[in-house]
Amino acid sequence: MLDYAVKRLGLAVVIVSVAMLLLFSMIYLIPGDPASVALGPRATEAMKAALRERMGLDQPIWVQFWNFYSRAWMGDLGTEVLSERPVLTVVGEQLPYTLALVAGGITWSVALGIPLGCWAAVRRGSWIDRVVGVLSVAVIAVPSFVVAIYALLIFAVALQWLPAIGAGKPGDLGDQLVHLILPSLAVGLGWVGYIARIVRASMLEVLEASHIRTAYAFGLPDRLIIYRYALSIAILPTVTLLGIGVGQMLSSAVFAEIVFSRPGIGKLVYDAILTRNFPVVSGAVLVTTAFFVLLNLLADLIVGALDPRVRSSF
Amino acid sequence: MSEAVSEPAVSRGKTARAALRLLREPLGAFALVLVVGVIAAAVFADVLASADPSKIAPRDRFMAPGMEHLLGTDQLGRDLFSRVLFGGRIALTVALGSTGVSLLIGVALGLVAGYGPRWLDNLLILLFDAIKSFPTVMLALAFVTLFGPSLTAVVVVVVIVNVPGYARIIRTQTIALKSAEFVTAAQSMGAGTARILRVHILPNVIGPILILASMDIPVVIAIEAGMSFLGLGVRPPTPSWGAILNDGFANIRETVWIVFAGGMPIILTTLGFTFLGEALRDIFDPRLKAR
Repeated sequence: MLDYAVKRLGLAVVIVSVAMLLLFSMIYLIPGDPASVALGPRATEAMKAALRERMGLDQPIWVQFWNFYSRAWMGDLGTEVLSERPVLTVVGEQLPYTLALVAGGITWSVALGIPLGCWAAVRRGSWIDRVVGVLSVAVIAVPSFVVAIYALLIFAVALQWLPAIGAGKPGDLGDQLVHLILPSLAVGLGWVGYIARIVRASMLEVLEASHIRTAYAFGLPDRLIIYRYALSIAILPTVTLLGIGVGQMLSSAVFAEIVFSRPGIGKLVYDAILTRNFPVVSGAVLVTTAFFVLLNLLADLIVGALDPRVRSSF
Repeated sequence: MSEAVSEPAVSRGKTARAALRLLREPLGAFALVLVVGVIAAAVFADVLASADPSKIAPRDRFMAPGMEHLLGTDQLGRDLFSRVLFGGRIALTVALGSTGVSLLIGVALGLVAGYGPRWLDNLLILLFDAIKSFPTVMLALAFVTLFGPSLTAVVVVVVIVNVPGYARIIRTQTIALKSAEFVTAAQSMGAGTARILRVHILPNVIGPILILASMDIPVVIAIEAGMSFLGLGVRPPTPSWGAILNDGFANIRETVWIVFAGGMPIILTTLGFTFLGEALRDIFDPRLKAR
């Protein structure tokens, strides 16, 4: 297990490093000089030269990459162009809001997806199974920002059941949760479909297994067999799936934050784009990417701990 | 499937038989109708449109759907029905164009990774994994900040994001075929690498990837609409479903019709392409269903 964990961790570090190299080379592909781009058309030559020196743009490119790379691992992602606050602080302030949103999305997708998938598998071939099947594909297909806007329109503007804007009063947990309901539905709805499908498939497999057939032969109640013995095994693949899902949910969160005017990484990046604040954009991209890689690592380690076959095939 | 009905199709070959099976599946037939409808609406946009999609008429703003404006008008009094039709052109052009380019690059890189030297394979796999580790929208946002908002930027991001998936599948299949008898036979008869890849490997690996690519079309449509919704895709006044949705969102307390006009085509098109892709996959390659 330790061997597998070390190898998997090493791979994660290499992947993040290559991702950093890609991000860094993107900056160097821009037409024009990053300093003038960052400062805008009204900057003087002296201002540009000062910024170029501060950003280290007068150094050879590999020195620049090494600086960027080594500082990033130490948590130094540079400073904002105008306010000169450290990017890591700025991103760190917004991260909890986005994580809450993703956690809400996972809650929605698990709370709806597992029962639906389980239900469809138990009643295999019935009309319920068919409806769940069609519905799962449908919610996967519809883009999350469309869900966000329609949810806003129906539940906040037309019915006025739930708030439309913001993250709720600071310190008031109940109010914050109420503000989380609609945005996290938009983030998680598509994953209801993915989870329902995978739970259904793995549930069908588990129900065929000999220990479940034995349980039926012993005459244990259906309810006990399905929920206690079968489902507890059948939900395992959702762990890996959610590891991948978080990446897409981070993408959906960008839209949910903008539609519902919530603070968060997405809103931060969006505002930074409009002001051409590139250090913030690249810092936020790097933090979310690292976070995503870390979660995939965790998901793989959990599955590796539970299933020895995964470890040996790595 | 009843034999009597499928019999005449056999003589017309595999495609006709598949089409018949598709039409007998209610969901597949429904999806086919949707997709054909969307494509027709986009192709014949200039014939079907009742007005110039960019013509501003401030006095007619926020009109509800009616005979003159089938889907109503937006905040500038532009005819939404015409904008939706022309928006469909943008959506389909971006989707088909970027999926096509991703396929070309993905297949080429997949063949190279699968057939080429081991170190190149490892390098490419690492690159693919690194690209996959960026959240798509985050990568798109970073890209747009650097290169400025445009449809080209959207297409480039989609290509970057899609290539790894295609390349990985082609690579796996190429490795499986590399030591197949017919490939070894071709090698021993002196066939060059290019010929082996083109004549012996490519035809055997291309099938499943085409179905997967068709299932990515709705995803690409969603990315284009999403970026245009954020104002980072098409430039105004070019109509795009995402841009219409953004107009509707900005005026959501004035009227719901703009949101309706912008959102419905996105929903119907993504549903149509997704269900069609699922139906085609079940017909042509049931093994992929496990994915």
